[in-house]
Amino acid sequence: MPTPNLRNRPCGGRYGDIIESIGHTPLIELKRLSPKPGVRIWAKLESRNPTGSVKDRVARALIQDAEDKGLIRPGQTILEPTSGNTGISLAMIASHKGYKLKVVMPDNVTPERTDLLRMYGAEIVYSEGSKGSNGAVEMALDMAEKDSSVYMPYQYGNEANPNAHYNGTALEILEELDEVSAFVAGLGTGGTLMGNGRRLKEELGDKVKIVAAEPMQGEPVQGLRSLDDGFIPPIIDISVLDRKIFVTNQDAIVWTRKLLDEEQLFVGVSTGAIARVAMRIAGELDEGNVVFIVADDGSKYFSSGIYTRPLEEIENLDSTVWW
Amino acid sequence: MATIRIPPVLRPSVGGEREINADGDNVGEILRAVAVDHPGTESQLFGADGELNRYVNVYLNDEDVRVLDGLDTTVSTADTLVILPAMAGGAR
Repeated sequence: MPTPNLRNRPCGGRYGDIIESIGHTPLIELKRLSPKPGVRIWAKLESRNPTGSVKDRVARALIQDAEDKGLIRPGQTILEPTSGNTGISLAMIASHKGYKLKVVMPDNVTPERTDLLRMYGAEIVYSEGSKGSNGAVEMALDMAEKDSSVYMPYQYGNEANPNAHYNGTALEILEELDEVSAFVAGLGTGGTLMGNGRRLKEELGDKVKIVAAEPMQGEPVQGLRSLDDGFIPPIIDISVLDRKIFVTNQDAIVWTRKLLDEEQLFVGVSTGAIARVAMRIAGELDEGNVVFIVADDGSKYFSSGIYTRPLEEIENLDSTVWW
Repeated sequence: MATIRIPPVLRPSVGGEREINADGDNVGEILRAVAVDHPGTESQLFGADGELNRYVNVYLNDEDVRVLDGLDTTVSTADTLVILPAMAGGAR
């Protein structure tokens, strides 16, 4: 789908509505972060999607898939567990297309996310913050089981999620770069890594390394009673990944600031973590392109003070769900 | 001896410790040594097949051993193994 619009690149493209304009995001070289001359670092600015995150692609694909399969009709309620960005994207698209949206999210996400969801008309149901995203998933699955009138796209288990990247993001990257040595993205539902990873490996072979950056959940959000209460999104196939590296909240914020100070990129906290891992991989290479995903911009994290205050003054560093 | 970081959910099984030490040349040997010293951890760390419990992620310093060599991943005495529960990611 991206190809016809790429012809319009000088003006960013022409689209029939806001939903069609999703994707076609810029790929920006970060020259100052390059560790050596032969290694080039590229940021895929998914923050330039209509609601400011990569999840616009996923939400569009989830709803399109349900429509194609006849699973939803206008006026119906869509229900989804999300700690933010997917909910905001679904809310925008649902509002545009005439669906109602109910999202289940942990009560410790930043207030901007709540405001954005309300702005697009979504109803919010809070799950216990100490249970993290697992708690939201559990509650939403339970609600969907009790109310058959709602439709739950379930991004964690819906192949439309990785397919949004397989048929979108990855093609856009391949359109711009003939060679990719490493692709780095955040691991949450797994959609970004699975979809891009599969397409890039198909096109470029095993020499492209698919690298996951994952949040090291702070102890306050590890509220599990037993390890068997853990959760692995069904769409994740770990064999697609070549590396999987965790990043602490503190390091993620340090790198979020570094991107701002050195490259003037205003990004959210998960992107700080992703950039940290991308730079580590870049340091291990002698040459090649390293592409990483800028999952969202920083506007949803302003209230936390991470862009303006010293790190030691930031409250609830470990008890906030940052990404 | 390698250092092993214990998540809150497993601490009751290791006398409340946040960090413990165990001997071994690879991840499997070290975790089995932990299970011998702290029998309450065995059923949490390992599945019935003797493989790593699917809801347990073990990291060699900060890299998931499942995408390295799994239980055969080599560990040196300077390394830290971090045990974390598998959890859904955030901003999704």
